[in-house]
Amino acid sequence: MTASTQMIEEGTALEVDGLVKRFGDLTAVDGVSLTVRAGECLGLLGPNGAGKSTLIRSMVGRVRQDSGRVTVMGKAAGSTEARMALGWVPQELSIYPRITCRENLGSFGRYYGLKGQTLKDAIAWCLHWAALEEKQDDVAKTLSGGMKRRLNMAAGMLHRPKVVLFDEPTVGVDPQSRNRIFEMIEALRDAGTAIVYTTHYMEEAERLCDRIAIIDHGKIIAEGTNEELVEKTFGRRSQVLARFDGETAAIEAWAGRHGGRVKGETAEFTIEQAGEIAPLLDDATKAGLELEDLTLRRPNLESVFLHLTGRELRD
Amino acid sequence: MIALKRDRGALVLSFVLPLAFFSIFAVIFGRQGGGTPTVKLIVVDQDQSQASAALVKGLQSESSLVVMMKPEAKSKSAPAPADYTAATAEAAVKAGDAPVALIIPAGFGQHPIAFGPDAGGSTLELLNDQSDTIAPQIVVGLLQKAAITSMPSAMADEGMKYADKYVGGFTPAQKAKVDEELDALRKAEADGKTGAGSGDSGNGNSGNGSAGAGIVAVNVRAVVGENKKSPMISFYAAAIGVMFLMFTASGSAGALLDEAESGTLERVLSTRVTMTKLLAGKLVFNTGLAFVQLTAMFLWGWSAFKLDFFSHLPGFAVMGLCTAFAVAAFGMLLASACQTRAQLGALSTLVILIMSSVGGSMFPRFLMPESMQKAGLLTINAWAIDGFTKVFWRDLPVTDLWPQVAVLLGVGVVLFLIARRVARRWEFS
Ligand SMILES: Nc1ncnc2c1ncn2[C@@H]1O[C@H](COP(=O)(O)OP(=O)(O)OP(=O)(O)O)[C@@H](O)[C@H]1O
Ligand SMILES: [Mg+2]
Repeated sequence: MTASTQMIEEGTALEVDGLVKRFGDLTAVDGVSLTVRAGECLGLLGPNGAGKSTLIRSMVGRVRQDSGRVTVMGKAAGSTEARMALGWVPQELSIYPRITCRENLGSFGRYYGLKGQTLKDAIAWCLHWAALEEKQDDVAKTLSGGMKRRLNMAAGMLHRPKVVLFDEPTVGVDPQSRNRIFEMIEALRDAGTAIVYTTHYMEEAERLCDRIAIIDHGKIIAEGTNEELVEKTFGRRSQVLARFDGETAAIEAWAGRHGGRVKGETAEFTIEQAGEIAPLLDDATKAGLELEDLTLRRPNLESVFLHLTGRELRD
Repeated sequence: MIALKRDRGALVLSFVLPLAFFSIFAVIFGRQGGGTPTVKLIVVDQDQSQASAALVKGLQSESSLVVMMKPEAKSKSAPAPADYTAATAEAAVKAGDAPVALIIPAGFGQHPIAFGPDAGGSTLELLNDQSDTIAPQIVVGLLQKAAITSMPSAMADEGMKYADKYVGGFTPAQKAKVDEELDALRKAEADGKTGAGSGDSGNGNSGNGSAGAGIVAVNVRAVVGENKKSPMISFYAAAIGVMFLMFTASGSAGALLDEAESGTLERVLSTRVTMTKLLAGKLVFNTGLAFVQLTAMFLWGWSAFKLDFFSHLPGFAVMGLCTAFAVAAFGMLLASACQTRAQLGALSTLVILIMSSVGGSMFPRFLMPESMQKAGLLTINAWAIDGFTKVFWRDLPVTDLWPQVAVLLGVGVVLFLIARRVARRWEFS
């Protein structure tokens, strides 16, 4: 709408600017800004309660933000144009349990203003996309968990939105259905849809997302591609994980001397070169610790998250 | 116990509902000082003799009668209306202002007493509304009592020779006896042996008939419902219909709660549909549903009980739609005020049963005490039933339905607006 929106970048599909949302004393979203371009998949990676769903719901216009701005295809979130450009797949299953797949899709299609042949075509496309053609006349609550998830996704796709928000679409889904869901999302992305994908599985973010924003306590604490994030956090360094048999106090004292940290019985260090490992172990032996297991690895998103927040992504 | 604790609605219901009902029926039936409802009686004194004046005075002294010689003034400042005439009295009964009108014919003063129907005395005329079967019986009884106690001189003149034979002297003990018998009659009636339960209120003195087995001859003539085959059918179709409409409407509006719980409501609100559009759509749908239900009910009354349905179609359509609209809005308000289906079930049962009992769906309002009748006007039931009674019972033209139409539509709009306001809690977080 505004000149600035148009200037930012040709192809910006979704833009969030300085968004703040409080629930009483709790600040669920704390000054988030981000953009998603057409054909791009942005991952929102964060632990339980990080504010992912709240952020997504403000993009839909279902949350009254305290400050900040969300625009979808240049229109304010919540406006009719923005609603029609946006597809939302809520975290919780939101389908009518007592009617069939086809009827479910028909209902939501009509809510999006589709009718007649257009509606029929839209339903057919969605059934195909979600691979539910064989189940189209089954009552929704009789579907398997994975199928329900797929129907839940299809129900947000009838009006063929340009921007789609997926809020943890793979929760409680078996690996087979999960793969199917990935394929569905990849198909959309390849067709030029802008996608926001919320998850707390870093493998999902790594596989699907072009860019990843790590969100914690309502703030985006890091953003970039998978490699960028690792690079930014760890540089060229690698991680050493060493497990010892010994007193926790002794392990902690030793790890402290070398700038590492202890989780359970495993001590963790980041090193520049493999040569740094030998002095570490020497010192451990001197402290009377007995090495059980040693791993050298390239840091991943999980390590980035742990490094940035001091917490695991999932508890 | 745990089940009760978990479902607080049911808990409240199982305690509050019996108490509420007990109280309502206690007020309807159990007032102190006798079980008779107060009967409004229009009196037209065409005779203006001493005897007729005495009779009127006797009737006025009865606590269970409200004697009206002239219509109630429309407002304090308006000029006092003229006394009823035979014609205006009949019109007033037809319009439902009073269930009975007594006409004392000219010449009554000459021969007030008629021992037996053929004794040649003047005959009083009682105009009644068939839908109220109790009022004329009470009036006939009280007329005899008033005649005996208020016109001793007429008695002496006319009935001297019969007096000993039929009545004896008028000792206080005998007056008491007459009172006692009337009381027994009133009790029998108020216990609901007449009217309340039976769809067919034939009851012996329906239609034209003379109730002349007393001191004064009385000719009872029905001016409303005289041609009806089954007098109370239309009343019950409306009364029962409205009550069940309310249950259906609140149940159907409860879909909103299912949608809120399943998350589909929030999802629907993310499409082009707004809350106002969604609620309005549901209101239209539920109004249609209620109207269809009401139509089915009256069609059944027509096919099974000879309810005169098809000659009242315009009135039915008007009243049916207004009632359906008000009831649908009422259901939406109940649903949007509740958090869960269980709560809605409890609340709607409570509210609907109370409204139905006070509003005349279970027991005709004209048999209730005055205060209760007034309270009934706060219910949808009362206005709907009044409207249907106007159509099917009094055969009034559609234009006469305007008060009911206005109230039902107004109530519907107000309830819907409140429901819309309450539904804001689902709109945004
Ligand atoms: N409607 C609400 N009212 C009050 N607090 C809320 C509301 N919605 C969310 N919250 C709070 O806001 C915080 C963020 O919640 P949100 O659902 O956005 O987290 P999330 O990142 O989606 O978590 P999860 O991974 O478990 O889905 C939580 O602490 C939550 O309790
Ligand atoms: Mg969430």
